Amino acid sequence: MNLLIQRARLHGAAYTDEKRYDIRIADGKITEIGENLQPQDEKLLPVDGKSVFPGLIDMHCNVCEPGYEHIENIASVSLSALKGGFTSITCEPNTKPAVDNKTVVEYIISKSKAVGLVNIFPYGSISMGCEGKDMAEIGEMYEAGIVGVSDGDKILDNAALLRNVMRYTKMFDLPVMTHCEDRALSGQGMMHEGYTAACLGIFGMPREAEEVQVSRNIVLAEATGARLHIAPVSTRGAVRMVRDAKKRGISVTCETCPHYFALTDEAVEGYQTLAKVNPPLRTKDDVQALLEGIADGTIDVIASGHSPTTQTEKNHEFDKAAYGISALETAFSISYTHLVDSGVISAERLNVLMSKNPAEILHFSKKGVLQVGYDADLIVVDTEKTSIIDPSEFASKAKFSPFAGKEVKGQICTTIVGGSVLS
Amino acid sequence: MSLNRKDFFGLRDLTADDIRYILTTAETMKYVLSQKSKKSPHLQGKSVIILFYEKSARAKLAYELAAQHLSANLVDMTNSAHDMEQESLQDMGQLVDQMGADFIILRHPMAGAARLLAKCVNASVINAGDGYNENPGQSLLDLLTIKERKGNFTGLKVVIVGDLLHSRVSKSNIWGLTKLGAEVCVAGPPTLLLPEMEKFGVRMYYDVKQAVQDADVILTTRMRLETQNKMNLPSLDEYKRFFRIDENLLQYAKKDAIVMHPGPIQRDIEISSSVIDSPQCIINDQIGNSVAVRMAMFYILSQMGGGLL
Repeated sequence: MNLLIQRARLHGAAYTDEKRYDIRIADGKITEIGENLQPQDEKLLPVDGKSVFPGLIDMHCNVCEPGYEHIENIASVSLSALKGGFTSITCEPNTKPAVDNKTVVEYIISKSKAVGLVNIFPYGSISMGCEGKDMAEIGEMYEAGIVGVSDGDKILDNAALLRNVMRYTKMFDLPVMTHCEDRALSGQGMMHEGYTAACLGIFGMPREAEEVQVSRNIVLAEATGARLHIAPVSTRGAVRMVRDAKKRGISVTCETCPHYFALTDEAVEGYQTLAKVNPPLRTKDDVQALLEGIADGTIDVIASGHSPTTQTEKNHEFDKAAYGISALETAFSISYTHLVDSGVISAERLNVLMSKNPAEILHFSKKGVLQVGYDADLIVVDTEKTSIIDPSEFASKAKFSPFAGKEVKGQICTTIVGGSVLS
Repeated sequence: MSLNRKDFFGLRDLTADDIRYILTTAETMKYVLSQKSKKSPHLQGKSVIILFYEKSARAKLAYELAAQHLSANLVDMTNSAHDMEQESLQDMGQLVDQMGADFIILRHPMAGAARLLAKCVNASVINAGDGYNENPGQSLLDLLTIKERKGNFTGLKVVIVGDLLHSRVSKSNIWGLTKLGAEVCVAGPPTLLLPEMEKFGVRMYYDVKQAVQDADVILTTRMRLETQNKMNLPSLDEYKRFFRIDENLLQYAKKDAIVMHPGPIQRDIEISSSVIDSPQCIINDQIGNSVAVRMAMFYILSQMGGGLL
């Protein structure tokens, strides 16, 4: 069934804010964009002046299947992604078993096709079992369809292994995703080392724990020429190092997540375990630096950082509670509210951070841009509508959020994947 | 008086007036304790549960005696870390609550544990130490001891020397003393101080001589060279070389300065033996106040509805 989206507001230099555009979709591709297109034999989707954006692409998402299906699975994460406006998501490899061989890659791809909602692209692991020791079968996984390598949020102590993986992946031109955390510097830390941690009597994870590894990984990327992606940056120092590295022409990209620029460590006050994430929420100064990095292009991508856990795992003493955040269904509205509505960047620029740049880094040649010839992965957004975040309505199994009760602007109305209107 | 809560978590939550009220009440309890019969009926028919997930000798004894002097029924459920793995704190709390506990005295290795427990029980929860956060009971007895000797907190110079990173009573003392108007300085190896503490309104010194200049009160902390500390501090011998409280150091403080320690003390490490045995060191006063302060905490919570549910 072909589709004609009617009377949409489009953002970008090619379009005028006052004008309304129609988008014609045939066989899953965008075939025509223009004013007052003549309806043919196709389904009509009038959107009455709402905005149409390219579908969001999530570079940092934990699907939890196989192995942790009680937390999240491919079906629930797909529904959650749809509600959040993500038409393509990636899949972190620290599952059980880990995504360290082609069989697991094939399982995830075939299972997600059977579910048939959003596109799911697995990352392969850097090391066998994400244990940081032996290199995983990256070549076989590449043939099976991985789009990058990562050890998820597992700490990679072994610089020699990372250096080798950076050299090895050049065969396949795969990006190398790294969670940057120095194990010894994090120590017993459970939240950002700062005033709030001192008040609460919780040991802190200093910024240095992240920055030491960001700098190490940049050095290795420069030496090997690999495509390094830092996932995510949360500190001022990390942003500065990436900025400097880019100036020097090193092949490095980075992402941050909405919670890192929308919240600070003060959200942990009262031992709020819903705000326990890794890397930890930082300070106002770091938030400012992230906003600067987003505005000047140092930060390439906003990823959801979806890392679900169970309510039981959150209902513990802060030290014992699990890290994690249910983020797919809040990522867009939090970003729209804190970045576009507040005037840090334009809506068009947000599309670059959440769609175009992820597509480029992951080598999706026909995704991430609203343009004739590209895949019809689109979202309809009511940019004016405010709503209150209510985690009980999440499609994700993880129905909790540190943003519960927060008023946000920019609501996803419809998500279209490959030309099919799915929600 | 704004002290109208079910639970006692720490001095960060209290106002200066709250603290003064507790100290005044503790003085009354001290009077009760000086009588021939120490028994009073305030907690008659109430049950007090001691739920300690960490080892303790003196704090447990003080809470037990306080509860018994106030005629409460007392049960000690000291749990090992093994039990902690098997049953969540909330489930343990529910169990105790359903059996009709009026007060739960919780000592726990994780910060915020008392707050978590209090959310799911009707009983009043008293924090007897949570991780590296607070130990309000020990702190209040320190404050009572200082008040008895110095009369007033305003303008008093109090120096806390030692391991501020792991000392929860010092955290409580900083909250309390700054609220009461004292000038608080901390001194210790940089690795055992929290840089953020300056935002608590304290001055930080690496040179203990500078810190104790004209001090009225010197509080010391326990020095425990555990696994974690070996990366922070090379040895206790090196610590005492730079930070031990001895006669030489006391020359810099005021003549009538007092020296305190929460115990158990390691002679000649935190404080020299000669200072411990001198009248300036008032550790016995601290111990003497430990029961009265806990009685005051019980009494105030019971008046505020705690244990009356």
